[in-house]
Amino acid sequence: MNTPLIEFDNVVKKFNGVAVLDGLSFTVEKGEVLALVGPSGTGKSVTLKHLVRLLTPSSGRVLVDGVDVGECSSKELDKIRARIGYLFQGGALLAWMNVFDNVALPLRECTNLPESEIERKVEDALAAVELSAAKEKYPAEISGGMQKRAGLARAIVRSSDIVLYDEPTSGLDPVTSVTINRLIRKLNRELGITSVVVTHDLQGALAFADRILLIKDGKKVECATCEEFVKSDKPAVKEFLAAMKGELK
Amino acid sequence: MTISREPIWDDAPASKLQATLRHLTTFLSSLGWAARIFIESAAYFPSTLVRRDSRTVLMSQLYVTGIRTLPVVTVVSLFTGMILALQVGLELRRFNQEMYLGAAVMVSLIREMGPFSCGMCLAACVGSAIAAELGTMKVNDEIAALEIMSISPVRYLAAPRILALIMMAPLLGFFCCVIGTMGGGIVGVTQLGVDFGQYMASAISMADTKDLFVGLLKAFVFGAVIGTVSVSEGFGTSMGATGVGKSTQRSVIVSFLLILMLGYMVTRVCYQ
Repeated sequence: MNTPLIEFDNVVKKFNGVAVLDGLSFTVEKGEVLALVGPSGTGKSVTLKHLVRLLTPSSGRVLVDGVDVGECSSKELDKIRARIGYLFQGGALLAWMNVFDNVALPLRECTNLPESEIERKVEDALAAVELSAAKEKYPAEISGGMQKRAGLARAIVRSSDIVLYDEPTSGLDPVTSVTINRLIRKLNRELGITSVVVTHDLQGALAFADRILLIKDGKKVECATCEEFVKSDKPAVKEFLAAMKGELK
Repeated sequence: MTISREPIWDDAPASKLQATLRHLTTFLSSLGWAARIFIESAAYFPSTLVRRDSRTVLMSQLYVTGIRTLPVVTVVSLFTGMILALQVGLELRRFNQEMYLGAAVMVSLIREMGPFSCGMCLAACVGSAIAAELGTMKVNDEIAALEIMSISPVRYLAAPRILALIMMAPLLGFFCCVIGTMGGGIVGVTQLGVDFGQYMASAISMADTKDLFVGLLKAFVFGAVIGTVSVSEGFGTSMGATGVGKSTQRSVIVSFLLILMLGYMVTRVCYQ
């Protein structure tokens, strides 16, 4: 049996005595797209932050390719982070750089590639997110959707094999949301990128995810393929699906 | 070092005593964290001067720190010199000793008021801007993004800002002394009837090398303190826009207090 690429092993995370994650366990296989869904404030973004040690567990282990992210040395952490692209909710682009320089930043700072090679990689990443036309623009001059796509280009430019998406479609119009959801699937199919996507967009998740994980009160409620998820007879899943359907109506 | 800091304790305090002890520990931990930021930044100073991208950031910070603050520093130091000359000059006139006005103004400025007013201006104009800029970056996840890309925020953001303040503060401190002396001269000539040549001769006669070096040392220390405080406050920001406001306010208050305290300590060490 293959070792999962990502493993949460009974992870508990407390803030001021309150358990935001309460014994969360799940795995993500290589090349898989896992959608993390659940009510707001239930620990989805906190889960994502554990994968790059922006947060460390109060107890339990978070493993990426067998390495305990919470306990590893800073050199090992750098190696893991080099494999991971992270798309923040707001894009997290540096305001004083244009889109091209933002995407080129990790290559210029962390590799010894010649500028011509950096330019080629950045052009490829921008083409993949359909943002080549806006490369000279500054973050303040482009829309929220374009900022997220620029953030996505930056996340994949280092040939990351894992990409973490923190609400990639929140605050976007339906057309841009569909574009982003298609990009997630396209990057997975064409580049084999393993993805963990925190989202409120269940319709989108059903389109791009291999499996859906529902978290409630920091606990895993259901983790199943899309078909199994919509047919699940667990009350919490039914309640979540009903709420989503109501929202769609 | 990691900038995305977590709270030290996961659980809520069990008693008021424990809460107080935790506040104390958190305060001491913040001091240690600020010291680590300064030490790690200092370790990056050589690479900041060598690396092309860091040099570009440093140049822009030198411009912000040195050139953009010149109008404020000029006005503050000019009026500091004028106030000093007027206050001291009126007392000297009672004893017919106006000829020593230049000496009195120069000694006050070079030893204390020059670096002090320069430090205040830098804390208010540059330190607050650094804390607000880095604080906004922190709450917008830009600093977390840098960390995930394995780009050290200390090397990339802190080192050029602290180095720029350290380099510019002594120069601005000296500039303050010159402009302040001129301001004193203007008041001496126009209000107190002192001859400008006599005023300058008296001032230059008291411009001791040791005083100059102590003044420059103070400005250097103030630059390092303002840089470290504002960067650590910016990096420590949380809780959105309110947090940015609080960090900015704290950076100015803490810098002011430390300028006063360290100014006294340097004087004590160098003159007693």
